[in-house]
Amino acid sequence: MDEPSGDAVVETRGLTKRYRGGQLAVDALDLTVPRGSVFGFLGPNGSGKTTTIRMLMGLIEPTSGGARLLGRPMPRAARSVLPRVGALIEGPALYPYLSGRDNLLRYDAADPTADPRTRVSRAAAALDRVGLGAAAGKKARAYSLGMKQRLGLAAALLQPRELLVLDEPTNGLDPQGMREIRTLVRELAREGTTVFLSSHLLDEIEQVCTHAAVMTRGRLIAQGTVAGLAAGSRGRLSVTTPDPADAVRVLKEHGVTDLVVLEERVSGELPSPAPEPADLNAALVRAGVRVRAFGVEGASLEDAFVALTGEGFDVAG
Amino acid sequence: MSRAEADGTTEAAEATGTTEATRTAEAAAAAETRPRPLWALALFRSELSTTFRRWRTLALLGVLAAVPVLIGVAVKIETSDGGGFGRGGGGGGASGDGPAFFSQITNNGIFLVFAALAATLPVFLPMAIGVIAGDSIAGEAGQGTLRYLLVAPAGRTRLLLAKFVTILAFCLAATLAVAAAGLAAGAMLFPLGDVTLISGTSVSFGDALVRAVGVAGVVALSLVGIAAVGLFVSTLTNSGIAAMATTVGMVVTVQILDTIPQLHAIQPYLFPHYWLSFADLLRQPVYWDQLIKNAELQGLYLAVFGSAAWARFTTKDITV
Repeated sequence: MDEPSGDAVVETRGLTKRYRGGQLAVDALDLTVPRGSVFGFLGPNGSGKTTTIRMLMGLIEPTSGGARLLGRPMPRAARSVLPRVGALIEGPALYPYLSGRDNLLRYDAADPTADPRTRVSRAAAALDRVGLGAAAGKKARAYSLGMKQRLGLAAALLQPRELLVLDEPTNGLDPQGMREIRTLVRELAREGTTVFLSSHLLDEIEQVCTHAAVMTRGRLIAQGTVAGLAAGSRGRLSVTTPDPADAVRVLKEHGVTDLVVLEERVSGELPSPAPEPADLNAALVRAGVRVRAFGVEGASLEDAFVALTGEGFDVAG
Repeated sequence: MSRAEADGTTEAAEATGTTEATRTAEAAAAAETRPRPLWALALFRSELSTTFRRWRTLALLGVLAAVPVLIGVAVKIETSDGGGFGRGGGGGGASGDGPAFFSQITNNGIFLVFAALAATLPVFLPMAIGVIAGDSIAGEAGQGTLRYLLVAPAGRTRLLLAKFVTILAFCLAATLAVAAAGLAAGAMLFPLGDVTLISGTSVSFGDALVRAVGVAGVVALSLVGIAAVGLFVSTLTNSGIAAMATTVGMVVTVQILDTIPQLHAIQPYLFPHYWLSFADLLRQPVYWDQLIKNAELQGLYLAVFGSAAWARFTTKDITV
């Protein structure tokens, strides 16, 4: 069998989409998602994440370049590949006049490989898995946003999947729901499902993902392991104090640069080689600065992102 | 396997640049996850039950079934003083001058079926079809469920086919709703018995009943054209309401065009042109000429707009 890179679940080469208005939504994307990873697809709103996902799923035709899903070309192989892929694309979509269970049965009936004999039991299992077992008979119209999101996830879990594509899966969920989804994602990953998770929430990606790619303005600017990406930037010192002016003076004397004062919070870049943080704290207290909180924040994906793009995490224009 | 291959061609038409290697890979994949033989039926069944369980569909059928009852009651009240019904005889084979059948209703309840079909065919029936057909693809797109059906993956050609067959089923159901309600109301309000046809010949009630079924079939067939137009319109937009309004607007506009004498050159190609030819089934012998022209015209609309809908839908970017 001809599989260019057998371990890539998603592979795109020069994937480009230019919409009819001339707007370049995705620009020559080379993305590789290794099998077994939990892959974070990161980028601000409007950066081309959803367009990319839609091309991967065969919903829209690339202007140029190509994508392979589970080693096979899309959208040509859609019929054989998509039954092994579960997807939540740009939020859930439901038939409001059908019950949660009937929504799942309808989606399952559209899958050519689904066994009609096990349809009802698989739908029930999927509903239980996302915690909707009790609301299965309710009309989807009466579902809250979080319940709709769960039902969308249940539809993606109707069959055992090799790949799950989840576009913003925690949208509309309360913190408890978010945590449940993260637990579910980890659980699925443990079972061997590759999870492709798009999000604009950096900490979400950081918490569950092993790999990540960062997209902005239609271009891929970085991809790799989360640890590798975060290692690209150093940590920052953060001091909370009622005397910020004095704190800034003392810290400056000790070589801390890029000092930012935000009300009672002073943060800055540690010099290299980094001094012992405890010594810095002692120096602050000696100078009469009352310290309320003190710490060095580890390098986060957000730092990496800002370092990579040189810009904030705003909506692309 | 032939089904899988048929879809392969569709996808190939969408894709560009095929290599021998990918073709081999796909063949291997097809062998791994082979669709179940009766799967297309499952999609159609799901489509059918989803459509017919909707309140909207049932309400449409209910309104259609109410029309013959209203006509029957009105005629009964009108003629209860012993006088005849005011209008002239229900003749007229030529298209355009609609056979009313109203005057015969008091003599024989079965004419309520024909009167009701003649009354609903110009407006109510095509409107109901316009709602269902216009909403078929656009409605799914509008509520976002279309993308999930396509990634299931339903297959664009097969989804379109399931949608269209369901619309046709609704055409039949709508016509039968009118006919059955007409027959029931007619039997309750008026006497039944031997039927005098338009041509003056008298036939048994059983024969007339067979003809009534035939008439219902012809009326349902007359709706194929508007169904195909509605399906095509539905692939053009992501708003179900817009598609419904366009299709219904089309029904009205085309019928107005069909009455403007200066446009007689194009009128034989307008889908409602031979609609009232169903009355020709009520002659002895039956006049087949217009009936066949009607079937041909509906077939033409099916071919043209069906292909257009397919061409549009299988290449469309689904961005909602």
